[in-house]
Amino acid sequence: MSDVRNPLLEQIQARFGDAILSVREALGQYTVEVAADRVLEVAKALRDEQAFRFQQLIDLCGVDYLSYGQDEWETDAVTDEGFSRGVLGAGAGRFSWADRPRPAGIPNRFAAVVQLLSIDHNMRLRLRYFAADDSLPVVPSVVDIWGAANWFEREAFDLFGIVFEGHPDLRRILTDYGFIGHPFRKDFPLIGNVEVRYDPDKGRVIYEPVSIEPRVGVPRVIRGDSRYLQAHNEAAGKS
Amino acid sequence: MAEIRNYTMNFGPQHPAAHGVLRLVLELDGESVVRADPHVGLLHRGTEKLAESKPYNQSIGYMDRLDYMSMMCNEHAYVRAIERLLGIEAPIRAQYIRTLFDEVTRLLNHLLWLGSNGLDLGAMTVFLYAFREREELMDAYEAVSGARMHAGYYRPGGVYRDLPERMPQFKENRWTKGADLKRRNEWRQGSMLDFFDAFCDDFVKRVDEYETLLTDNRIWKQRTVNIGVVSPEMALRMGMSGPMLRGSGIAWDLRKKQPYAAYDQIDFDIPVGVNGDCYDRYVVRVEEMRQSARIMKQCVAWLRANPGDVMVRNYKVAPPSRVEMKDDMEALIHHFKLFTEGYSVPPGEVYCAVEAPKGEFGAYIIADGANKPFRVKLRAPGFAHLSAIDEIVRGHMLPDVVAVIGTLDIVFGEIDR
Repeated sequence: MSDVRNPLLEQIQARFGDAILSVREALGQYTVEVAADRVLEVAKALRDEQAFRFQQLIDLCGVDYLSYGQDEWETDAVTDEGFSRGVLGAGAGRFSWADRPRPAGIPNRFAAVVQLLSIDHNMRLRLRYFAADDSLPVVPSVVDIWGAANWFEREAFDLFGIVFEGHPDLRRILTDYGFIGHPFRKDFPLIGNVEVRYDPDKGRVIYEPVSIEPRVGVPRVIRGDSRYLQAHNEAAGKS
Repeated sequence: MAEIRNYTMNFGPQHPAAHGVLRLVLELDGESVVRADPHVGLLHRGTEKLAESKPYNQSIGYMDRLDYMSMMCNEHAYVRAIERLLGIEAPIRAQYIRTLFDEVTRLLNHLLWLGSNGLDLGAMTVFLYAFREREELMDAYEAVSGARMHAGYYRPGGVYRDLPERMPQFKENRWTKGADLKRRNEWRQGSMLDFFDAFCDDFVKRVDEYETLLTDNRIWKQRTVNIGVVSPEMALRMGMSGPMLRGSGIAWDLRKKQPYAAYDQIDFDIPVGVNGDCYDRYVVRVEEMRQSARIMKQCVAWLRANPGDVMVRNYKVAPPSRVEMKDDMEALIHHFKLFTEGYSVPPGEVYCAVEAPKGEFGAYIIADGANKPFRVKLRAPGFAHLSAIDEIVRGHMLPDVVAVIGTLDIVFGEIDR
């Protein structure tokens, strides 16, 4: 992406060179993809240097890009089968652990996304860095640069299994004590693996395999046609 | 000499001052706190994962249940993110209604905060006072959306319905009758806008009452002044926002700095604290209530003068009216598709934030072109605030922990999501 016109993005590209893999402006927001091994250096400069001054880390989250852009209902041909085609699917909430989709070697499944805010310059920036290895995703921790990252990184570790190297206290945070798995991964079923109840015979709370069937009624549909644009233009023309 | 060891103790999750389900493991040296380790997640419901399995509109109801004290502000962030992705904008009247109800929500939240924080620190009366006003505002929620708390009122493209022409009135029963009934229905003779007008005029006096109870109260000051001091440097480093940031003297408010809805048309001030202690944050929030009433008055005046649409006329996103559906085939198809499949959102990613009563509430949505979001991340202000509690309470006494938990204004619906 060499046709960047935005001064902030140009400045970032000029300052960090090949540490920046790509820059993007979309919907009025700026996204910068940083090489994972250079994150700390870039983050420190973004916080401290006068041109950037991103003092606040507003949010950090993990993303699992498995099954990105996959739908469960073909829309390009007519059929007489109707809505029932959508009942079987591979989206979140539509499979159990045994039938989970296997990652088919898509490169760079896991990413950490950081939302930054500069109070001095009143601007926002989004950083994204991918973990190189999908079986053990590791990215550097930015806790030393923004203290707020502490819990956000624990959350991303808990929900996605992304390991933040250099984090002082990388424990689970949201899931139950003794939870197994990383529930927000796309190959983790929405219904989970275990259910919990009180057993009056044993006199304690016990865990059992889930007894419910996965069921999400609405299939995932991607419509690449221009109807929204058209409707949007019509609405704009009317008013 | 016997070895003296620190004492570790559980605070919560059933402690009434833990504001929900906070389990705080405190390491105490005598009565002063050496370390505080919050265990959160007891209310984790996986809202973001649930949202991935549903069409966009069906998740609006989940947003109410995040921070269940500021329902409509959460919805606002979510629908704004969707609108941005779709490239649509709500009509101006809807923007004013959203501004009005964001401020109603702010009052609801701050009143609950004031009441429960007072209760935590030993002031019973203010709780009863605050809930009296909350009741009126919840009636407004109910009148506009049908639900007292979980409204589901904001939709991508506007708000679901226009404000009601008549404010519902109390009916006579065994407990409310005669002069009492007449007094309670006094504000409710006209439209909802009349109701808000009467409420705002009265509310300023009510805030004075709260202040009489607390602001110069010796016990209140002893419990809050110089307790839980947050330096501006720390507030920035720990990602604080809202009154936590402003209490430390940083004049940052998204309603002013990155205006959304109709806030750029409205005149209001941002209160800022000096010392960053619990007392300053109390003063900031009380002043915010006055400002909210001021914003509401302006919205009401505008809404009176400017009738119009409250939802975009784009039937791919918003449902057609029932009347239209009765004799228009297209409208019926649109309605059916919208409520079964939903609408597909063009691929892209967006982060939209609003100034919720507790701070910056943001929704980060990654769309891959489907009718369901690929990833939703909800940025809750309380999550960042609570993560700083260890640093704030270190060296304080045990009872001050209660004051700090109160001043953080945490709600577990949004922290655990």
